[in-house]
Amino acid sequence: MTVYFLCAVLLTMGLYCLVAKKNIVKKVIGLVIMDYAVNLYLIIVGYKKGGVAPVIERGMNSSMLERFVDPLPQALVLTSIVIGLGVLALMVAMCIRIYERHGTFDMSQISKLRG
Amino acid sequence: MSPVPLFVAIPLGAAFLIPMLGIWWKKSGEVLAALSTVILAVMAILSIGSTAVTHHMGGWAPPVGIALVSDGLTVLLLIAVNVVAFLCILFSLKYMTAYSGLPKYYSLFMLMVAGMNGVVVSGDLFNLYVFLEIASIASYALVAFGTEADELEAGFKYLVLGSVASVMILFAIGTVYAVTGTLNMADAAREISLRFSGAGAMNPALLLAAAMFLMGFSLKAALVPFHAWLPDAHPSAPAPISAMLSGVVIKSLGVYAICRVFFHVFGFDPNVTSSVILANSMIWLAVLSIIIGGLVAVGQWDYKRLLAYSSIGQVGYVILGLGVGARVLATGGPRSLAALAILGGLFHLLNHAAFKSLLFLSSGAIQHATGTRDMKQMGGLRDKMPITSATTNLAALSISGVPPFSGFWSKLIILIAVVKAEHYVVAGIAIVMAFVTLVYYVKVQREIIFGSVRGAVEKAKEVPAAMYVPLIILAIVCVGFGLLYPVFGYRILEPARDALLNGAEYVKLVLG
Amino acid sequence: MKGLSLIVKTISDFVVAFIIIFGAYIVLYGHLTPGGGFAGGVIIASAFILLMLAHGREVAFSKLGERAAHILDSAGALAFLLIGWAGVVGGYFFMNVFGRGEQFRLLSSGMILPANIAIAFKVASSLFLVFSALAIFRRRSFRSMIEGELR
Repeated sequence: MTVYFLCAVLLTMGLYCLVAKKNIVKKVIGLVIMDYAVNLYLIIVGYKKGGVAPVIERGMNSSMLERFVDPLPQALVLTSIVIGLGVLALMVAMCIRIYERHGTFDMSQISKLRG
Repeated sequence: MSPVPLFVAIPLGAAFLIPMLGIWWKKSGEVLAALSTVILAVMAILSIGSTAVTHHMGGWAPPVGIALVSDGLTVLLLIAVNVVAFLCILFSLKYMTAYSGLPKYYSLFMLMVAGMNGVVVSGDLFNLYVFLEIASIASYALVAFGTEADELEAGFKYLVLGSVASVMILFAIGTVYAVTGTLNMADAAREISLRFSGAGAMNPALLLAAAMFLMGFSLKAALVPFHAWLPDAHPSAPAPISAMLSGVVIKSLGVYAICRVFFHVFGFDPNVTSSVILANSMIWLAVLSIIIGGLVAVGQWDYKRLLAYSSIGQVGYVILGLGVGARVLATGGPRSLAALAILGGLFHLLNHAAFKSLLFLSSGAIQHATGTRDMKQMGGLRDKMPITSATTNLAALSISGVPPFSGFWSKLIILIAVVKAEHYVVAGIAIVMAFVTLVYYVKVQREIIFGSVRGAVEKAKEVPAAMYVPLIILAIVCVGFGLLYPVFGYRILEPARDALLNGAEYVKLVLG
Repeated sequence: MKGLSLIVKTISDFVVAFIIIFGAYIVLYGHLTPGGGFAGGVIIASAFILLMLAHGREVAFSKLGERAAHILDSAGALAFLLIGWAGVVGGYFFMNVFGRGEQFRLLSSGMILPANIAIAFKVASSLFLVFSALAIFRRRSFRSMIEGELR
């Protein structure tokens, strides 16, 4: 239970960083922390005490299958990391473009649009 | 083999082929995008009335494998997405010539279409998330496509909020997996109804997941209070992209996902205590969106911002219809009433896809001709641009609910359902806000279309045929949905409504 | 002198080949051991990124041209899609219609090996492109910043 709680703390930290910081690079870092908190959560969901990596090797019998950790969340996390990488690359590119236009990373000096 | 995977495979193939051929052949984007969207639109229209099918990816039957599912609701969204995408590509051919990097534009556009079609056909929660991300990433890049200061800022805002939504959705998916042990939507639905329908209350972890899902999808659908990105992102994008974003993206990523996850996976079961809370929160979000979207739109002088706020309000009506239907189901009310409310919501979804994409495309045509979006600098467009003005007028009448256009009927159905469900206050708000919608579209007509020629309009000329043909087609659709509903509307909408009403049918369809 | 110091250049020239071989191993044995197209592709891309860091853009682009990277990027994705299409022969998209082979051998598990190779091409070239695009950005924005201060 404690691990889930710590995961939620990490998620909240990321959210705080995203909301409270004015520097857009710090906002990006906050978002990445949130992303990784969720990845961590998915891994914890698939965890099994005393589990081994779900790789079949030569000479394994079916009793080993019982000890495998759940491989599905790991596949999900791998996909989610790839997606996160794409989003991160786009975000960094946009940050750099914004810096080119405005000469600053400070959101309060950039913002002209008001939702 | 069923044609369902083609809806993803064709645009995905086009998206990858365009940049490769674009190195040697400058027109590759235009040709391939137009070709593939034509094929997709025809395929979507031909799938009207087809029986619901499941396609097992790789031959693995669900719940082990990934399933692509096509039922009534899917067909409704496929038609909206692919027809609007085709018309937007048609409009882009001429409109986008002012921009550089066109192969990239068409490639991203096709990626967005692939993502939306993927969300709509996916029968698997994680697959839905992946396609949702594909469509979102493509749309973030497209909003910032012009790389001007405003566009970048709007794109960044959209990106940050959209990513927060994605994180929430992934968290919820993980929780559903932790509780039910499956990612297949039908299997999860069966598991949830088996375990919690008898117990009478839902697992708190699952409730958290439901809240996270609602928050994430509401961010994607831009329901108030999660709307802050939309009024910046939609006006900043190039006009065809605004039309796609407002017309179909917020619906396929937001509204459709809400429908699928809440009606099918969680289910509105009268035996489960929490389902009323879920339905109520949908109604709350809808009412807030209707009020705030409508009232803020009145004060806007930027034409595209006005349209963007109006999108928030109109999506509120869609969710209101669905939410009232959900509440009736959750309280064990008459199913015919729930059916009516859901039908109204879905009808408004389809109508909104038609008239809002028409309005955004016409705003692009107006901006192309006059060079401005400021309504104070326009006037008397009727004399200079007769076709654009006529179609804009028609869409404005339709969206503000003037009979006999399509918007009137869908709002009427929603209102009748809300009154019958005895939510009198909500009905009152919806009626008042329908008049407010009329107010701001009368403002659009008075400032832009009628009156004497002034300001930037003086030098305006009618846009070329490649730009007004999509406007005319969409205008015909707007009138057609209003007048010809008995002829063909029921063939699209009623299967979709039945699919939403009968969650058990969906489980049976996927799991066999 | 362009790029980093002579020591870094010499060592990275020496190491790059091994990194690429290791990446290729991870890709080719992805269906038998942990790893696969994405992980191997990232390793291969990191070799080119190392070249770019040590020698500068020109040398890295002379090994893998920008245009070639774009083509490989799209071709990898298209190849993956085509492997999916091959499954249509068996009646389903992505059906594993290729021969399964003998367990624990390199040529086994049907379409997973070609799919891994396609993904590796896609990932390696697109990561390389992303990095080089961001590197161009940095140089340009740096210049504009300096010019801004001079003005």
